[in-house]
Amino acid sequence: MIVRIATEGQYRLDGDVVERVNALDNDAVAAVEAGDEARFTELFRQIIALIRAEGEPLAEDELHGSDVIVPPPDTSFEEARHEFSGDGLIPD
Amino acid sequence: MAGLSGRFSTVVKAKISKLLDRAEDPSETLEYSYQKQMELLQNVKKGLADVVTAKKRLQLQSQKLEQQVVKLDTQARQALAGGNEALARTALERKAAIQAELQGLDGQISELESQQQSMTENQAKLQSKIESFRSKKEVIKAQYSAAEAQVRISEAATGVGEEMADVGLAMQRALDKTENMRARAQAVDELEKAGAFEDLTQLGAGEDDIDRQLKELSGGTQVDGELEKMKAELAAGGGSAGELGSGDAPAGGEPA
Repeated sequence: MIVRIATEGQYRLDGDVVERVNALDNDAVAAVEAGDEARFTELFRQIIALIRAEGEPLAEDELHGSDVIVPPPDTSFEEARHEFSGDGLIPD
Repeated sequence: MAGLSGRFSTVVKAKISKLLDRAEDPSETLEYSYQKQMELLQNVKKGLADVVTAKKRLQLQSQKLEQQVVKLDTQARQALAGGNEALARTALERKAAIQAELQGLDGQISELESQQQSMTENQAKLQSKIESFRSKKEVIKAQYSAAEAQVRISEAATGVGEEMADVGLAMQRALDKTENMRARAQAVDELEKAGAFEDLTQLGAGEDDIDRQLKELSGGTQVDGELEKMKAELAAGGGSAGELGSGDAPAGGEPA
């Protein structure tokens, strides 16, 4: 599976790693919905760290669309709350 | 993936397909996008340069305040040695007020410093990201003009479209951060100018409104302590300008 960390780059991840990312990702959403900023920050940090550690960066000349795009590493709690809708995180 | 990343992917992909749909000639779009990113990178660089300039001005201001602290301290010592305790007190009160200002200013400066550092690193990453986009766009332009299998091109086009959107996002965030930092640096700078310390070391004139307010502000405890210390030093014969009051200088006493 090809995963992109937005503003950073693309990684190729094995299935079991994807599952771990997915679990953390769902917990992160739960933390956002519960308004728990500290927990969100920690979980999101773990997601990024996991992808960087376990993923294999895609070569410069490999052109692929990503299966999943993870929000930028410096995403704030406020931005996460916006659910990345509208003009929240992405400019036109 | 239904979580945060899933939602984010959906939004990004919707924007990319809109972008690609609009493009009649992919090579033109890619070229235009690359030019635009280069221009934006210049803006990031310029914003950062502005922040550095503002920071330097603040550092200069901080140095000036430090000199005033030293000067006021010397003057307090001289006043006390001359037996004028009231004057010494005024000097120390002003010194305390300037020290408080100095502390706040130094905090702002070091915060700007660390932000500037992370922005500089960010800028280097941005630069290499644009470089990588540049080579990727050449790959797809070559494929497009060779009119290879449509499917392959469209897969690659999605990849480049995504890269293009991602460079755009990275750029936008860098610009926003630089802009925030510039605004903050300017705000501090203006605050400093507005409250510009005219030379507070000018002692000698009688107490005015500001003197009294300053006195209340600093609560006197720090000043009292320093005054006592100075007296003790003078009494021990360590005073620089002291010929008077070398015996027992009475607290709050009449000038000799």
